[in-house]
Amino acid sequence: MTNLCTSTFSLKNPSSIETYLSQDGYSSWKQIISKQIPKSEVITIIKESGLKGKGGAGFSTGLKWSFINSSDQQKYLVCNSDESEPGTCKDRDILRYNPHAVIEGMLIASYAIGASVGYNYLRGEFIGDQWIVFNKAVKEAYEYNFIGENILKSNLCIEIVPLIGAGAYIVGEETAMLESIEGKRGMPRIKPPFPAVQGLYGKPTIINNTETLATVPYIIKNGSEWYKNLGVNDSDGVKMFCMSGHLNKPSVIEAPLGVPFSKLLDECDGVLDNKKLKAVIPGGSSVPVVKGEDIMETPMDYESLMKIGTMLGSGGIIIMDESTCMVSVLERISRFYYAESCGQCTPCREGTGWLYKTLVKIRSGNGDQSDLDLLNKVANQIEGHCICALGDAAAMPVISFLKHFWTEFEYYVDKKQSMVI
Amino acid sequence: MTDAKHIFSENMTKEIDLIRSKFPKDKSKSAIIESLLIIQHDNNGFLNDELIASLANYLSIQKIDVYEVATFYSMFNLKPVGKNTISVCTNVSCMLRNSDDIVSHIEKRLKIKIGESTKDNKFYLKDEMECLAACNGAPMMQVNHINYENLTFEKVDKILDEIAND
Repeated sequence: MTNLCTSTFSLKNPSSIETYLSQDGYSSWKQIISKQIPKSEVITIIKESGLKGKGGAGFSTGLKWSFINSSDQQKYLVCNSDESEPGTCKDRDILRYNPHAVIEGMLIASYAIGASVGYNYLRGEFIGDQWIVFNKAVKEAYEYNFIGENILKSNLCIEIVPLIGAGAYIVGEETAMLESIEGKRGMPRIKPPFPAVQGLYGKPTIINNTETLATVPYIIKNGSEWYKNLGVNDSDGVKMFCMSGHLNKPSVIEAPLGVPFSKLLDECDGVLDNKKLKAVIPGGSSVPVVKGEDIMETPMDYESLMKIGTMLGSGGIIIMDESTCMVSVLERISRFYYAESCGQCTPCREGTGWLYKTLVKIRSGNGDQSDLDLLNKVANQIEGHCICALGDAAAMPVISFLKHFWTEFEYYVDKKQSMVI
Repeated sequence: MTDAKHIFSENMTKEIDLIRSKFPKDKSKSAIIESLLIIQHDNNGFLNDELIASLANYLSIQKIDVYEVATFYSMFNLKPVGKNTISVCTNVSCMLRNSDDIVSHIEKRLKIKIGESTKDNKFYLKDEMECLAACNGAPMMQVNHINYENLTFEKVDKILDEIAND
């Protein structure tokens, strides 16, 4: 619907540097270098554009960059391509169809924060496809001297280095990613100190999501006002929405923030087999579920989703039709957080296990009313009591599923079977 | 560093050196993850004590540092597994598109349970698979880290046939 990160997707050889250059690619980077645009000005443009982190947290990118410790020491940029939030499949497409936008965004960000090295950390499971494409793209950009020593004869030196993980959802948390790059288990760090002050190897570091960085070149090229005006209210610009689940045509769609949910649904040719829409998880499995009827007319932006009690998150929109057993879905979601908890904080390590085991008990027909209360109690005891957001992410689905579909859970413990079968 | 005790081929040490060069000079531990991935790939898909100790020696770090990584990340196997790894995503988006039926179908076809390898050691059906970030292609699986999407039983049969006959 709007093509920034997706602008090369439908072209021939989308990942090649020639294709990217034919779309005016690297023009932002060349402009910054030739006009010697000061770092502070680049940060101001990004700040004024209203660009927000597209990995899930939605924090102002420009503001994050401005936090960088400006003292004269080694600094790092890290691009977070550890896309693992269930329901999210956008970065995988950017990495394989528009990798040069990621590289150009990483170069601009590295320049703005004064980093001489930018690491792009791809999840391990991307090793068979995106890893190969991205490495090739980096090699091409070195050949064109957009990366490396004395970039375009400017005396500027920035290295872009691809890294690969080996399977761990938690590494998507920014400080866990730093631990992982340092060659350790992916266990989140206590903040403060924030990475902008003490990050990778103890040096000032900025971590941004793939989609966020891939958007940067388009903002530099067209200006902050242009980007801002694409969106609505405080939700500036565009977002990639990953539409999955019960749909006739599951798709990844880049659209202006504020696009009505119903329009995204239309783009996917509606609910699978024209069944009734029951529920939607609009921002990856970590955000609260909402009832289908409550989201149908909602504009997909940060504020509007907040109003209906959920969040935009990563843009991973999971569609569930009337045949869906909400107890089974919650059981599956809870297994995920139980499996992926790093085990560092007791409320999360133990709590996610309690949630999952209690849901298994209910699903096997051995649950009773008190188990539903237990679920709520455990979820509330995890939320807000851990180092990172994984605990909250495990709790929010439980609390919201019970809130919106209480009768279905009650039916299950009462009749020992699903209400929808 | 090269005189340290290890069992790697010359090619392997070259590859590890290349990985090592991505990081600052005094940060050898950073090379563990990617090195383990290529070592595992070179060793029929699994790691053992000797390989872990070798990497520790080669990078001049503690064995426990390598063990911590090898046991934390889900892509590392610490026991022998079948030659071709099948990973079926069963997380929500895939579950809604009947990924559990795909798993059952593969189990029946290969006569194994999830988490097991076939007797002829051709296939390993990996368990505890979480979202593989291909939600708009659900149900999906990876075989040796190549994505196969919008799966049907027929499609799965065809893919496994081709690999088995390879």
